Amino acid sequence: MNASDSTLEIAAESGAGPADSLEQRNRRLMWRLVTLAVLCAGFGFALVPLYDVICRVTGLNGRTNAMAVAAPSNTQVDTTRWVKVEFLSHSMPGVAIQFAPQEFSIDVRPGALAQINYVATNTSDRVFIGRAIPSVTPAVAAPHFKKIECFCFNEQTFQPGETRVMPVVFTVDPDMARELGTVTLSYAFFEAPKAAPKDLM
Amino acid sequence: MSVATTTHPGGHEAHHPSGLLRWIQTTNHKDIAVMYLTFAVIMLLIAGAMILVVRAELFQPGLQIVQPEFFNQLITLHGLIMVFGFAMPAATGLANYMLPLMIGAPDMALPRLNNWGFWILPPAAVMLVLPFFLGLGGVGAGGIDTGWTIYAPLSMQSGWGMDFAIFSVHMLGVSSILASINVIVTVLNMRAPGMTFWKMPLFAHGFLYTAIILITIMPVLAGGVTMLLLDRHFGTNFYNAAGGGDPVLWQHIFWFMGHPEVYVLLLPIAGLVPHILSAFTRKPTYGYKAQVYSMWGIMFLSVIVWAHHMFTSGMSVGGQLYFMYSTMAISLPLAVLFFCWIATIWRGSLTFETPMLFAIGFIVLFGWGGLTGLVLADAAADPQYHNAYFLVAHFHYALYPTTVFGAMAGIYYWLPKWTGHMLDERLGQWHFWVALIGFNVTFIPQFLLGLAGMPRRIPDYPLMFADWNMVSTVGAFVLGASHLIFVWNVIKCVRGGKKAEARAWEGAEGLEWTVPSPAPYHTFETQPAVK
Amino acid sequence: MRGVRGELVLGAALALASATATAKPFWAFPDPVTPIARETLHVHNLFMAVIVTLFFAVLAIMLYSFWKHRKSQGHQAATFTQPNSRKQWAWVLAPFAGLLILDYGVFGVPAYHAVLSYEDTQNNAELVVKVTGSQWLWQYEYPKEGIKFASHLTTPRDQIDNKAPKGENYLLEVDNPLVLPVGKKVRVITTSNDVIHSWWVPAFGVKRDAVPGFLREFWVKVEQPGTYRGQCSELCGKEHGFMPVVVNVVSQAEYTAWVTKQKEAVAKDKELSIAVLSLDDLKARGEKIYATNCTACHQATGMGVPNVFPSLVGSKVITGPVEEHIKVVLNGRPNTPMAAWSKQLSDADIAAVVTYERNSWGNKTGDAVQAAAVGKLRGDSR
Repeated sequence: MNASDSTLEIAAESGAGPADSLEQRNRRLMWRLVTLAVLCAGFGFALVPLYDVICRVTGLNGRTNAMAVAAPSNTQVDTTRWVKVEFLSHSMPGVAIQFAPQEFSIDVRPGALAQINYVATNTSDRVFIGRAIPSVTPAVAAPHFKKIECFCFNEQTFQPGETRVMPVVFTVDPDMARELGTVTLSYAFFEAPKAAPKDLM
Repeated sequence: MSVATTTHPGGHEAHHPSGLLRWIQTTNHKDIAVMYLTFAVIMLLIAGAMILVVRAELFQPGLQIVQPEFFNQLITLHGLIMVFGFAMPAATGLANYMLPLMIGAPDMALPRLNNWGFWILPPAAVMLVLPFFLGLGGVGAGGIDTGWTIYAPLSMQSGWGMDFAIFSVHMLGVSSILASINVIVTVLNMRAPGMTFWKMPLFAHGFLYTAIILITIMPVLAGGVTMLLLDRHFGTNFYNAAGGGDPVLWQHIFWFMGHPEVYVLLLPIAGLVPHILSAFTRKPTYGYKAQVYSMWGIMFLSVIVWAHHMFTSGMSVGGQLYFMYSTMAISLPLAVLFFCWIATIWRGSLTFETPMLFAIGFIVLFGWGGLTGLVLADAAADPQYHNAYFLVAHFHYALYPTTVFGAMAGIYYWLPKWTGHMLDERLGQWHFWVALIGFNVTFIPQFLLGLAGMPRRIPDYPLMFADWNMVSTVGAFVLGASHLIFVWNVIKCVRGGKKAEARAWEGAEGLEWTVPSPAPYHTFETQPAVK
Repeated sequence: MRGVRGELVLGAALALASATATAKPFWAFPDPVTPIARETLHVHNLFMAVIVTLFFAVLAIMLYSFWKHRKSQGHQAATFTQPNSRKQWAWVLAPFAGLLILDYGVFGVPAYHAVLSYEDTQNNAELVVKVTGSQWLWQYEYPKEGIKFASHLTTPRDQIDNKAPKGENYLLEVDNPLVLPVGKKVRVITTSNDVIHSWWVPAFGVKRDAVPGFLREFWVKVEQPGTYRGQCSELCGKEHGFMPVVVNVVSQAEYTAWVTKQKEAVAKDKELSIAVLSLDDLKARGEKIYATNCTACHQATGMGVPNVFPSLVGSKVITGPVEEHIKVVLNGRPNTPMAAWSKQLSDADIAAVVTYERNSWGNKTGDAVQAAAVGKLRGDSR
């Protein structure tokens, strides 16, 4: 004797419901709820690409374009203001690359193309494969910071002792808010992870 | 246990196994509830003992008792065990025992699922704490040690205690989801004829919405910890910037679960407290519909405010303003609940038996917890509170009165129904006052410590924090002792006491008070008709 | 009745709040020395005054009811379950209208202004500082000036282990504090070398996470010279409680002099990285570095903690090939607390500490490791 027997009895006794017994109704609702749970799990995994899209659109987290964008052809250069662009570099622990921008900052006109060079040297005696991850602050400036050419788009391979000049060609959108006077771009140089990095964009 | 010793009416071929097998196989909601509650109290005592070791270390500056790496395991397990091992199983135990009785159903809708839902818990608990105890004995790197929030990339550095914890979280999540499915189906489909949606007890409402939230959020956490496991062992980079990922993604996923989780802890108690107030004021519940609507409001708002836990992570102005204002909005439905509770009390005919004391304690202390939440919601000032002791004090005022006082209020209220005996009122009063004093002496100093600048999750601290830490530790041990009074009182009541009537409390209303005390093994096999 | 009481209470609270803006109630933050700190202290005091008043007002109502409506005094229970007249509805809805105004007006408006000023993106600052969190220290960099150094906790282990009396700035003292000029707007950019840390100085009113691979920023303008202390505020492993923040805010003249000295030190380090030193010099330097960086785990005796931190006395790494020893120090051991010291210690420092370890506590390798040897091995992964 278990409870589900008694519920069936109740359904029969009280002449309950048209076609469905209580047990059938319970099962149906149960499976609907299981489906809901599975959908929510799917949502959890979908948060990964969703987060990337939101970051890209809002610049949240200082993310900038991860693939080259074409040089804007018809943009008016805004001659009424300067934007100071600062450059930082960061080699993560264990990374053999000595890595620095050639200049700390340059002033640019929004809409104009500008170029800055980073110089990197592999100070170890083995081949190094790495990837530079860019980050822009303030985050609200990130969607307006467009990189046309950047060494961060690809993995970089360095021979032992090799020194290389790595250019970044970029432009700052004229529609970036006027009160943003300074934008800082930094690259964090990581050793390329064993699995292929996710090119999510 | 006295709950189990009733005879079975003739006509059933009942031959329940006895001993251990009975408990493993049972599909009876009363048995399962007893197992949930027993499990929960054991977890409460274990996690409580862990935090007493922490507070003992924090009694004075310097490292006296434990090393920092062990300390980090203690605080992590304290949080995880309290939330997933005590608070949720205790509420589920109360729901399991009382929901069928309150809605006039013979059992939960899915009794075998009910059994599975419970029996996942003990292995999950073992998985969580085994690495910790093994580490104590010198085997392995110890238990999970990242704080219950398991932030990346710190979580990548932990030993296999983290992997065990991930599996444990999966199991705990599945258990919650199964229990939630059971609650929803029971509440929606199994009410006695005549008990419409708008007539069902507030406890049923509270638990229904709790269950809906759980089904929504636990799978998301499962996804998040799965991704962590993949990052740790299978070369993915969800949370690793080097591979195009982002550590802050983990924070979003975790808090998307973590914030509604606190309303999961609140809503069962918010549904339970009106019953107790009504009973001990001999007055009908004020604003039944308003309370239901408020619960809806809390349920919807709870899933859209999560990033107020992340104000210092570097969020845009727009994001901070949105999460600040939306978080403040939750104060409105909460205020409705408080208003209705107080209005239920107002001009009642009041007595102050133990369940009523704990219900009142919950209202007052949780009220302070909610008010300090409003302060934390201010995104600009939040950096001064975040991850400091002000925050720790806030969430303990929000969580302890709710999950502990609330559960104890429910247990004390329904013990006569379960055991057939009235509890020892004097012991109950002692428990309440010792707990109330101990709790406040523990946590009021922590507000002051936070304001003075003490961060959380540190095993040692600068000298200016010494005095309040000492006071807080003394309070913690007093509070800890009060739990022993509770356990003793429960055991005493189970074994004997003044005989309880069917309506054990004079002012108590509801279907559960129409069955004998102790409640028979099977109840409402014929559903009553409700007017 | 609740409505009127609510208004009286609110009035009292606002009066209290304005009084407390100048006074220092027990619930206040440390004395503010930046515009942000002042603004958030003001907002905080306002919020606290209001909620404390609200709490006690409602508690008073409840206590009154507990006393007046007791059954033992013969009070009969009423039966109302909702407002029954328009007047009653007004009394019931008034507190919620009040709460709405409180949330979005009294609190919401000042909070809005405070958020905007905290996140002020008119970020033409006079100085840019980069703060990097590491396990378990802070690294400060002034990119324009070309200065870079690490800031470690200097409280001796003896004090932490209760073997020596604790100093006044116990756990809040460092070897190289951040130095800032008073009165200048400073833009601080944070990032991390490993896990998420968080930089906090309560007197400045700022806390910001340091996220590996990404930048965050905030600004400070410190209005008074002095030494300000804070601590890491995001759990980052076992020494999370032992990486304080210390900032010396000095006059412009002192700041300029300090910058000059730092630049000289940078130049000297460059020299050291190619210098050849004697065994004794290396050991002496190495002993100091060991004391600051290594005793937390490996202990002053070099014997570590059994089953937790390996002993360096006669161990395979210490007495084995020099290159392997250097690599362990440079790159750490993944998934253990042994950090990669390549970021925090220069070639000269690592050479010195390795030399010290190989020639102390009964280890007698006689190896004198030079900075150039370390430089060659940087970045080799295991």
